[in-house]
Amino acid sequence: MLLSKLIAIIALSGSEAGGGSPLDVNPGLILWTIVTFILLMVILKKAAWKPILNSLSERELFIKESLEKAEKARIDAEKLIQDNKSAMVKAEKEAQHIIEQTREYSEKLKSQMLDESKAQSAKMIEDAKSEIERKNQEAFVKLKNQVAEIAVDAAEKIIRSNLDKEKQVGIINKYLDELQKN
Amino acid sequence: MTTLDTLHTAADSLKTAVASKTQDTGWIMHHILDSRELDFPPFGVIHLPEIHLFGIDLSITKHLVFIWLAVILMSFILIRAAKSYKKSRIPRGFNNVLEVLIVFVRDEIAAPTIGKGFERFLPYLLTVFFFILTANFIGLVPYSSTSTSNISVTASLALISFAVIQIGGMMKNGIFGYFRGLIPHGIPAWLLPIMIIVELLGLFTKPFALAVRLFANMTAGHIVIMALLGLIFILRTYFVVPVSISFALFIYLLEILVALIQAYIFTMLSSLFIGMAVHQEH
Repeated sequence: MLLSKLIAIIALSGSEAGGGSPLDVNPGLILWTIVTFILLMVILKKAAWKPILNSLSERELFIKESLEKAEKARIDAEKLIQDNKSAMVKAEKEAQHIIEQTREYSEKLKSQMLDESKAQSAKMIEDAKSEIERKNQEAFVKLKNQVAEIAVDAAEKIIRSNLDKEKQVGIINKYLDELQKN
Repeated sequence: MTTLDTLHTAADSLKTAVASKTQDTGWIMHHILDSRELDFPPFGVIHLPEIHLFGIDLSITKHLVFIWLAVILMSFILIRAAKSYKKSRIPRGFNNVLEVLIVFVRDEIAAPTIGKGFERFLPYLLTVFFFILTANFIGLVPYSSTSTSNISVTASLALISFAVIQIGGMMKNGIFGYFRGLIPHGIPAWLLPIMIIVELLGLFTKPFALAVRLFANMTAGHIVIMALLGLIFILRTYFVVPVSISFALFIYLLEILVALIQAYIFTMLSSLFIGMAVHQEH
């Protein structure tokens, strides 16, 4: 009985003490808090979290895509450079080939032209030779005729002066015949 | 007779001790406890309306006012941030801070602890994180009151967390499958009665711990600050003023850290418990 009285006194003094303890639970406040929080959550879900989270993930997707695009572009550029390089190598080879070919052709052309000119000059020389021969022949014939004429004229003059024209002509002709035989 | 007398005297001295203690701690408790009025010394006191509905005392209290202040403040800031995202993809100014926190809750709290399907719990986790954070910070403003140092408020938050954990687990595993999954596999049949009690207790201790942790942390810091300042009046000397003020300032700075950490811990543990309820294969 004493103990119960003591407990009662302590309990009474305890409740008198602060007019409230930090551990006092207020059901009305719990209800208010829960209602407030649920309303807050519903409103924010619609008005804030959805748009913010959506735009965040949209932006992340955008950044990811941009990075991927950049990476792809880099690979493409590298490939392009590689292509360019190989094309350049090929072109150089081609050019070398063309130069080589041209040189060969020109060499060939040169030797051909040389041969041709040689042949031509040889032919010209040949022609000139035959012309000279022909002219010689002609000149000889002309000379012979002239010589004959001169000789005839001379003989005429001699004969005229010597009177014995016929004898003289006969001698000359004999002489000329002899000349021809030689 | 003599024993009765001694008991009476003991009870009397206890009573006076308690009464004198009340006088000494009253001003500290006045700062910590909930009340029916907002007082702004030396300007005056605002008495809050009393409401009684359906036999429940639904009066507006000081902490409720600061809860609503927190709700209005965070709604305003977050909705403004959401609108700014419609204008441009790049956050500006304070929205950067908000984005860091939101991304932190999403990538560091929700995603690793809940795993697949964490998105549906994000609105709850983000709301509870920002709510506790805002309420904690508002509690640090002079003339205000820390609503999260009220056990009723933290209990409400823990109740909501409890509901989210249970509903999340039941939606994923089915009501029957959820309760069956609470008991680990491969338990001998004779252990089942004990395990059922242990697991059911475990269900309720988790939110209980959430509520008490937040309440105790937010209360303790304020009591320490008050006690340090009270040292001046207890020792009745000016020499203790620099010590008291500098220590109180240090605790106040620590409170800023605690405000962040407690919001993080509450959200982190809620998320962890949701993860455990959703993925029961442990």
